[in-house]
Amino acid sequence: MDLFANLALGFDVALTPFTLALAVAGCIIGTMVGSLPGLGPSNGVAILIPLTFSFGLDATQALVLMTSVYYGAMYGGRISSILLNIPGDEPAMMTCLDGYPMAKKGRAGDALVLSGVASFVGALLATIGLMLLSPILAKVAYLFGPAEYFALYMLAFATLGGIGSNNQAKAALAVCIGLGIATIGVDSTTGMTRFTGDNMHLFDGIDFLVAIVGLFAVSEVLVFIESHGKNSAIGVKLEKIRIPWADIAYTKWTMLKATAIGFIAGLLPGAGASLGSFLAYMQEKSSVRDNSEFGKGDPRGIAAPEAGNNAAAGGALVPMLTLGVPGSGTTAVLLALLMTLNITPGPTLFNDRPEVVWGLIASLLIANVVLLILNVPMVKMFSKVLQVPPAILLPGVTLVSFVGIYSLTGSYFDLLLMIGFGVLGYLLRKMDIPSVPVILGILLGGHMEVNLRRAMVLSDGDWMYLFQSNISIGLWVFAILGFLAPFFLRGKLKVPTQSS
Amino acid sequence: MTDRITGFIVVVLALAYFAGATTLSEPFFADPLGPKAFPMGVAFVAAVCGVVMLLKPDEEPAWPGLTTLLHIGYAVVALVLYAYGLKPLGFLVSTALVGTAISYLISPNVRTSVLTGIGMSGGLFLLFKFVFGLSLFAFPRWLMG
Repeated sequence: MDLFANLALGFDVALTPFTLALAVAGCIIGTMVGSLPGLGPSNGVAILIPLTFSFGLDATQALVLMTSVYYGAMYGGRISSILLNIPGDEPAMMTCLDGYPMAKKGRAGDALVLSGVASFVGALLATIGLMLLSPILAKVAYLFGPAEYFALYMLAFATLGGIGSNNQAKAALAVCIGLGIATIGVDSTTGMTRFTGDNMHLFDGIDFLVAIVGLFAVSEVLVFIESHGKNSAIGVKLEKIRIPWADIAYTKWTMLKATAIGFIAGLLPGAGASLGSFLAYMQEKSSVRDNSEFGKGDPRGIAAPEAGNNAAAGGALVPMLTLGVPGSGTTAVLLALLMTLNITPGPTLFNDRPEVVWGLIASLLIANVVLLILNVPMVKMFSKVLQVPPAILLPGVTLVSFVGIYSLTGSYFDLLLMIGFGVLGYLLRKMDIPSVPVILGILLGGHMEVNLRRAMVLSDGDWMYLFQSNISIGLWVFAILGFLAPFFLRGKLKVPTQSS
Repeated sequence: MTDRITGFIVVVLALAYFAGATTLSEPFFADPLGPKAFPMGVAFVAAVCGVVMLLKPDEEPAWPGLTTLLHIGYAVVALVLYAYGLKPLGFLVSTALVGTAISYLISPNVRTSVLTGIGMSGGLFLLFKFVFGLSLFAFPRWLMG
């Protein structure tokens, strides 16, 4: 009965008028951000984080606002996939495959409603999964010592590489860049400075929010300057919205299967929503008897990836909250938010700050209902957002990022650093070096090193200590498999194309 | 070629970082591992990645033409000037200027970009000042007295 008592506590927190208003606002902003091509959940959350601090929100409120934006962006990503054939964010890529062909057949409204319902099913069930699974995982996490945590970080970095890039060396390099940046500043164990070049500004290390906003937001602006905002043509016309009951009934098992696959993909540290929608789509396509319509507007090809990516978004919150290891780029940004608020995710969070965890879960349940309303009857309104030209939108993104960081740190040095990260992000993207591992390295590098050094203190310098418990051996095995698997699976991981 | 050059730069930087790590002073009461080992490990892995990139480069990325690269360069310069100018010029003027510049670089239309710059500057000022309660200076301080 613990669960119900906890949920009651959660709803008590979430149903205060102000928190509720934040959840609704977050859902609206999130859906808007998600539907804009180029701006995904991680950019959206990254740009808004500094502002939550200036708004003076407490931990629960900030987390509710940001996760609503996150969920909203996951819902919204499909809108431009279906209407423009341009994914609103990376996980929505698979939705283009059947969503756009269906829209071209004059069923854009049906595709939007169906994908909205699929998103709702995926996200709602995943939130329930999060609710049931997190407390159990949090108990397991109590068994984790420094050696296990070090192995867990290795696992996160290894699997992240497999998904994020087509080149393992580049993915590993991205992790190293992040870890290297994390060593700048005062060494927490000895109190000595490292790699600061005696620059006062660097003594505290590099603020990960500065790096995040630079890599995600500023680099986006540079990418748009390169493309001159070309990807902004309006594709398909949207007819009157009605509910395609037949399609929804036809795809109900698809949605449930995809939800299960997506949720599990989300749980893997470092894998995230893109993998969830990819696996859900591929599984559906290969398991149905007649898949000749896939790529030409099969409703199952819309329901599967949308249920999958939204379920993965919920699943990715599980390792973030219980272990402090994010499952995706956006949850990495959310982890940065928590760390800045002085909240250390992990097993103790569930005992020490139940109002944060359960308030968040209750808010997510509420947010899903709000999002269903926003994304089905009101989807037409959000499709208008797509008509905002990038020449107006992107300057806004830049300026909000600047003021956000400036209000947070008040230092022009951090602004310059942010621009530097923006240029770095642009170059990395050009060279197919993923930027999420860089962020994760900066975020987790400190913890990773501290845990390694603690393990060495405990074992008096014996490296075999890292491989002694069953948990750490298991984690190491998965880490090695996760890093090597892409070498063998690369051929199978090719994204299919539209066949119309 | 890009990958080979990058790989080379990565190896050089990793070696420099490694060398930097070896010069870190060990305090007397250090833990068994000390402050050097972790950075040295990171440098080693990075160097290996660099060598792999040098020897097995990917396909050449699609670099934009010189004009576009220049435009990106202008944008970066505009942002750097903004970082320095935000305080002395005040929020409204500096934001309008940089907003116009970025908008123009994305889509070269003078009217739209000037309107975007001015609109953004005013709108964001109201939002930040009165909704978020940030202490922003609308105009240069010497004008405000």
